[in-house]
Amino acid sequence: MNARGILTTVALPALAIVLALVVAAVVMILSSPLIDGELNLTLPITAYAALARGAFGSFNALVQTLVSATPLILAGLSVAIGFKAGLFNIGGQGQFLIGAVTAAAVGANLASASPLLAIPAAVLAALVAGAVYGFIPGFLKAFTGAHEVVTTIMLNYVAIYFVAYLITGPLRAAGASFARSPDVGAAALPILIGRNGHLGIIFALVAVPIAWWVLYRTTLGFEIRTVGANPDAARYAGMSPRFLVILTMSLCGLLAGVAGAGEILGISGYMPAGYSTNVGFDGITVALLGRSNPIGSLFAGLLLGAMRAGSGLMQIQAGVPAQMIDVLQGVILFFLAAELVVRYVFRLRATRGLGAELQTVSRSYGSQTAP
Amino acid sequence: MDFILDLPVIGILLQFVAYLVQVLIQNAALIITVSTPIGLGALCGFMNERSGVVNIGIEGMMIVSAFAAWYASALMVGVLPSAAGPLGVTLPLLVGLLAALATGVLVSLVHAWLSISVRADQIISGTIINIVGLGITGYLGLLISQNSPPSAGNFNDLTVPGFVLDVPVLGWLANTLLDHGPITLSMLVLVVVLQVLLYRSRWGLRTRAVGEHPRAAETLGVNVIALRYRNVLLGGLLAGLAGAWFTIEYGNSFQSGMTGGRGFIALAALIFGRWTPLGAVGAALLFGFADALGTGIRQIPPPGDLGVVLSAIPPQVFSALPYIVTIIVLAGVVGRSTPPAADGQPYEREAKAT
Repeated sequence: MNARGILTTVALPALAIVLALVVAAVVMILSSPLIDGELNLTLPITAYAALARGAFGSFNALVQTLVSATPLILAGLSVAIGFKAGLFNIGGQGQFLIGAVTAAAVGANLASASPLLAIPAAVLAALVAGAVYGFIPGFLKAFTGAHEVVTTIMLNYVAIYFVAYLITGPLRAAGASFARSPDVGAAALPILIGRNGHLGIIFALVAVPIAWWVLYRTTLGFEIRTVGANPDAARYAGMSPRFLVILTMSLCGLLAGVAGAGEILGISGYMPAGYSTNVGFDGITVALLGRSNPIGSLFAGLLLGAMRAGSGLMQIQAGVPAQMIDVLQGVILFFLAAELVVRYVFRLRATRGLGAELQTVSRSYGSQTAP
Repeated sequence: MDFILDLPVIGILLQFVAYLVQVLIQNAALIITVSTPIGLGALCGFMNERSGVVNIGIEGMMIVSAFAAWYASALMVGVLPSAAGPLGVTLPLLVGLLAALATGVLVSLVHAWLSISVRADQIISGTIINIVGLGITGYLGLLISQNSPPSAGNFNDLTVPGFVLDVPVLGWLANTLLDHGPITLSMLVLVVVLQVLLYRSRWGLRTRAVGEHPRAAETLGVNVIALRYRNVLLGGLLAGLAGAWFTIEYGNSFQSGMTGGRGFIALAALIFGRWTPLGAVGAALLFGFADALGTGIRQIPPPGDLGVVLSAIPPQVFSALPYIVTIIVLAGVVGRSTPPAADGQPYEREAKAT
């Protein structure tokens, strides 16, 4: 990788993060009258200090960062692999929920079995369920041309109601004071480090090299990247864009499904009725920040995981709501897109960078036809 | 044997069709009301996509405008006199409406700039708007609700005189089309106006040309960039109106994420409506119908066998109905619905010789 490559891969995301922190600080100062009753210029310092302590301040904080990063890394990989194939998977949330509820259901049924059976069964079931839920938009795109941007968003809402039905209906734990699934018992992931560093962390850390290997060292990965860069060229080369679209979307769903399983089996141990997650949009930020690259997604996931981990302490010590992290993420994305803005302002020729693969997404949206 | 087994099924199906018609007739006004944000959102998408700009940020534009309408009008309570005029219009509510419109235009300006001038990826631009919109309104909404601000109330529905309502058919029609707040009424007017303008005005011809073949339009002297900017900003007004509907017409307070994906359903309505105003709003009404059906079955289940069957279906199925309908519609219709040819393609004025 030449110097310019390193610059665009590391320096620009870093710059985007710094600028986003500045913008978020301004938002905090402007909104400080609502928090402290008066304009507080030092609020961002207090907030960021608390955020850093919550994310890195102790061994348990570091473990919490890893735990928070786990679903983000997996969701980021899910979105990144989609990007590589020219697909925009906004359905991470739905795939995550379907994986989570499947893990909860299988775990509840195997609660008193041996962990050696219960854990693999619950995780595998979640993985398959997530893949099936990713298969649906892939199939619809391949054979009817229904664009995955819209269908995956719709499937997110369908998943929310499906989970609500299961948890308040057939999967409801008898005797629980609120609607929730039964405890997963033996299927609970063992704690490996610290207070809550569960086995799911390993899933994420293993998924990264596997995803990288599949994308860059296998024929399948080559075909996925080709269909994303140029569907027509892929077709002429004898690849089947339809098959690749379906397979890639299934892989996206699989990764998000594993993330769901990790959260249920590793953290809560059951699934409550109103389980909500932001993991779909978070995954988009992670994938874009990581330049649609698995290794990049790992670091981006760790960074956003640290923000999530620290947001609790930020809320307690500085009174800044944890929703600030959502704002931060959006602004980071804005400044990443601003890479193009910089080129625009200085009239630089566009090079292949952020959004190059995504142009396939926009183009395919314009054509709305089956590949 | 099969014939006999099928009979009750056919009976229930017939009952179901009759029930659908009944729901449609009894709830026609309600269906139009709940379809308003989807319809206005779809019109916003229409303005964008007909001139070649994809906008998946409608959801974000709507939530930010909803927040702006709510907060601006709440700030004005006690500051401005709040004597209500016709349709429950008060000065604070008007300020809220203006704030929503201005916000819609402002957010659209970001989208227009990113996707037209900067030529950033339009889907990414929309995603940024969605994430920032949901994030910032969630953040500020939480902080503001802690201080429990006053509510400026909301617009009232138009009152149709009783003697009109007594007239058969006409009364029902008047009730269906007129018994609404100003925002819903404006949607009903806007859809007709836009439909006529699209096919009968210079603006409409130019917009269609820019969406289909910008290069050719430019050759004929149309300023592609300017027209796209103007249309995206006008679309922002419509998204602002849709947002205001949530907090100063249908409801009177703001909740985080209250747009509930209607901005995305609007996109599907636009596709289903084949990128025309009438089609898009018609599709929005279909989604409103699915919504009303779900609510209707939950509250007043139909009598007889049908009621037994429908009541046995979990309520979440009906809640999910609009979204499922959207997917089915997209899958079934997309192949036969052709978008503007230049949709999603950034336009570069001077093509570099390559």
